[in-house]
Amino acid sequence: MQKMAGSSFPEEVLEHVFSFIQDGKDRNVISLVCKSWYEIERWSRRRVFVGNCYAISPRMVIRRFPEVRSVELKGKPHFADFSLVPDGWGGYVGPWIAAMAAAYPWLEEIRLKRMVVTDEGLELISKSFKNFKVLVLSSCEGFSTVGLAAIAANCRNLRELDLRESEVEDLSGHWLSHFPDNYTSLVSLNISCLTSEVSFSALERLVGRCPNLRTLRLNRAVPLDRLANLLRRAPQLVEFGTGVYASELRPDVFSNLSGAFSGCKELKGLSGFWDAVPVYVPAVYPICSRLTSLNLSYATIQSPDLIKLVSQCQNLQRLWVLDYIEDTGLDALAASCKDLRELRVFPSDPYEAEPNVSLSEQGLVSVSAGCPKLQSVLYFCRQMSNAALRTIARNRPNMTRFRLCIIEPRTPDYVTLQPLDAGFGAIVEHCKDLQRLSLSGLLTDRVFEYIGTFAKKLEMLSVAFAGESDLGLHHVLSGCENLRKLEIRDCPFGDKALLANAAKLETMRSLWMSSCCVSFGACKLLGQKMPRLNVEVIDERGPPDSRPESCHVEKLYIYRTVAGPRFDMPPFVWTMDEDSELRLS
Amino acid sequence: MSIPLEHNYIGLTETSPMERSSDMLSSSTSSTLSTEDEKSSALNLMETELRLGLPGSESPERKPGPGVSLFGKDLEDRNNGYSLSPLKNPVSGAKRGFSDAIDGSSGKWVFSLGNGSEVDLFSPGGGNGGKPLGGLEGKHNTQNSCPSATPNMKEAASVPQSLKPVQEKKPQVPAAKAQVVGWPPIRSFRKNTMTSNLAKNSDAEGKTGFGCLYVKVSMDGAPYLRKVDLKIYNNYKEISSALEKMFSCFTIGQCSSHGLRGRDGLNESRLKDLLHGSEYVLTYEDKDGDWMLVGDVPWEMFTDSCRRLRIMKGSEAIGLGLSYYNIHSE
Repeated sequence: MQKMAGSSFPEEVLEHVFSFIQDGKDRNVISLVCKSWYEIERWSRRRVFVGNCYAISPRMVIRRFPEVRSVELKGKPHFADFSLVPDGWGGYVGPWIAAMAAAYPWLEEIRLKRMVVTDEGLELISKSFKNFKVLVLSSCEGFSTVGLAAIAANCRNLRELDLRESEVEDLSGHWLSHFPDNYTSLVSLNISCLTSEVSFSALERLVGRCPNLRTLRLNRAVPLDRLANLLRRAPQLVEFGTGVYASELRPDVFSNLSGAFSGCKELKGLSGFWDAVPVYVPAVYPICSRLTSLNLSYATIQSPDLIKLVSQCQNLQRLWVLDYIEDTGLDALAASCKDLRELRVFPSDPYEAEPNVSLSEQGLVSVSAGCPKLQSVLYFCRQMSNAALRTIARNRPNMTRFRLCIIEPRTPDYVTLQPLDAGFGAIVEHCKDLQRLSLSGLLTDRVFEYIGTFAKKLEMLSVAFAGESDLGLHHVLSGCENLRKLEIRDCPFGDKALLANAAKLETMRSLWMSSCCVSFGACKLLGQKMPRLNVEVIDERGPPDSRPESCHVEKLYIYRTVAGPRFDMPPFVWTMDEDSELRLS
Repeated sequence: MSIPLEHNYIGLTETSPMERSSDMLSSSTSSTLSTEDEKSSALNLMETELRLGLPGSESPERKPGPGVSLFGKDLEDRNNGYSLSPLKNPVSGAKRGFSDAIDGSSGKWVFSLGNGSEVDLFSPGGGNGGKPLGGLEGKHNTQNSCPSATPNMKEAASVPQSLKPVQEKKPQVPAAKAQVVGWPPIRSFRKNTMTSNLAKNSDAEGKTGFGCLYVKVSMDGAPYLRKVDLKIYNNYKEISSALEKMFSCFTIGQCSSHGLRGRDGLNESRLKDLLHGSEYVLTYEDKDGDWMLVGDVPWEMFTDSCRRLRIMKGSEAIGLGLSYYNIHSE
């Protein structure tokens, strides 16, 4: 009997070879070669990424990968960021922590996004994993500073604590003082989302005794006159986020701060700048030329000051800014920052009918022309034209992420009053590597035809107030071969396209549809026919079977799963399954 | 991929896209769509407001010119007895729990939870009596009792105005307020931050700007809190409807078992509420930490001082000095 070639290598050799391959997708491919490679691979996998925490159960992950050191989980659908997913929907990390506490005593890293974490969970983490190093909680909720205190007190080897944009019940700033005096291993701390004051002396001592600190993002409560002291204790910082960046102008405070910034020779990224006042902005001028990343998206300074600032940042790769920058500021950006890769322009006053700033499509066109490496864009504006989009597309065929939000829904091309189909069509046609796209403005089914035809690398699509019929949805589902995530709100898409493309849904991570035209009957049918999908109907009006089957569901979330229907749903979520029986939690 | 459609499919689009789409679909799948159903439903539908016409499309029936003819716009043009305040929760209409109890825009009220029957969906507290939608006699019951039109209309009614001059903005909606949930797509963290930014700016000049004001809402007996943005409501009626809708599922969960389905089931759960005397009362905690009854002060004063909301069992609210009354006056 002939042995397969693979099994003639000792396991240790294969394992060594596999250790050079970190990417999960690649390791998945390796594991398919043969049984012995599957076994070796699964025992040596150290990092697991679960894009949807309900797609698989903790037990299944642990059973297959017994020696994991790093876990990343994502919970709620993306539209939860915009309050479209009602509270209580799910995304609880508790069961995962409990399972991992028993199975992975050597776990080092937990990264969570849009999940519900409790203080008990945090305490369990802090006590279960002796070598715990990294905790990243991105847009999470459900915990308080009590949980943070447990992490600070018990995780002796903690390197990274990053709370980015999580909703924390902020009872007091005292938790920071729970880091023991002999704790020195901090590398990254992001507390920018916290509201209450932390003890400054505790913070200063912590910063002072951690020589490897690279990233420090403070919260708004840290006053400007405290910054210099912190910076002088950590001149090795690479990324720094200020607190509130406003104070009366005092020359001594200014020069102290400016000197402190200059002393940070490695500093490449700045953020924070809440309520920034123009008089203190020049304090960072000495280091502008080193900056690669600048987040001014909470800085309320106006265009002239912004222009002076960005014009000095010749090495800037990423800029997040408010629309105060205006078209003139973006012209300056295009002229000065030739290395720019990512631009995000946020609206300063989106709920007003009339624009408060002079920011139009022109600014984006300028940047697309002047910045040859620009590949990622998030842009809020009030007007757009097909001509501008065509220009942008032709200028930047290397675009990979393009998210345009025209603030008023269904706004047409302001010049021709036509839909913006042709403009977005140009984007998908020219930008062949486009991975992520968000649409806005007046759009018919035609734009979806373009997307289905050209956007072959597209992985994530966000659609709102667009389209005319099921044909639109059908184009996308049948044409976009690499589509993983599709989220739709307020579009006239219904049963036909969904049912005709049911098989496609198993090749995607998830589909979200809210305020569309999908009937309850279609949801039931889909749930019956597709056992490997969870078809969740989210409806706060009461049980969907108390209404006729043709009634539209409020919200629909469909995701592929090998774990079957979940049992932690709130009363307004129902999973459609084979029995078509309504399941209440 | 063959997906036989077993239910009676009621198309929502007019003939042309349906034909186009059915051609498209039948060429790529073997789904069995009944073309007779399509045609007949299409014919019935053409006269109704269930049209999704958009400018630049090919259908001859569509209205020319800019402007989006979604539910809201067609309803403005037709008067078929289908009147519904877009911001009102239709389900509460039949229940008449809250909407009848309130007197004007303020005043003490209670609301009871538990979804009312679906019969009077299109009689928002005023009793139009569910008139059939024009041109849909054949599908009377199905379409009539379907409340799903409303959420779409809530946005649709406000949206067509976007293409008209600002003066024509819907009168119910003050120009500065964001009426559409989650649009523009801005994360809550940013919204909350910017709200305080603008409050500090002296040149805010009374503009609400981001003006979002999330407060937690708890309900006695419910397993978790909800959050609502006070700024998106204009008066007590609106917030009450929204809260009813949000929390009604908890009452259903408590009172109904798998056996209680349909309209009778829902009535039964209401009855149980009555029997146990568990009326619910809406209260709030103000700036000073005191718990007050919602509805006593003018609306603006309420939104300024409200820190959190609590839906309390009526029996516990007696201490608050409310002389609450049984509103099931049927």
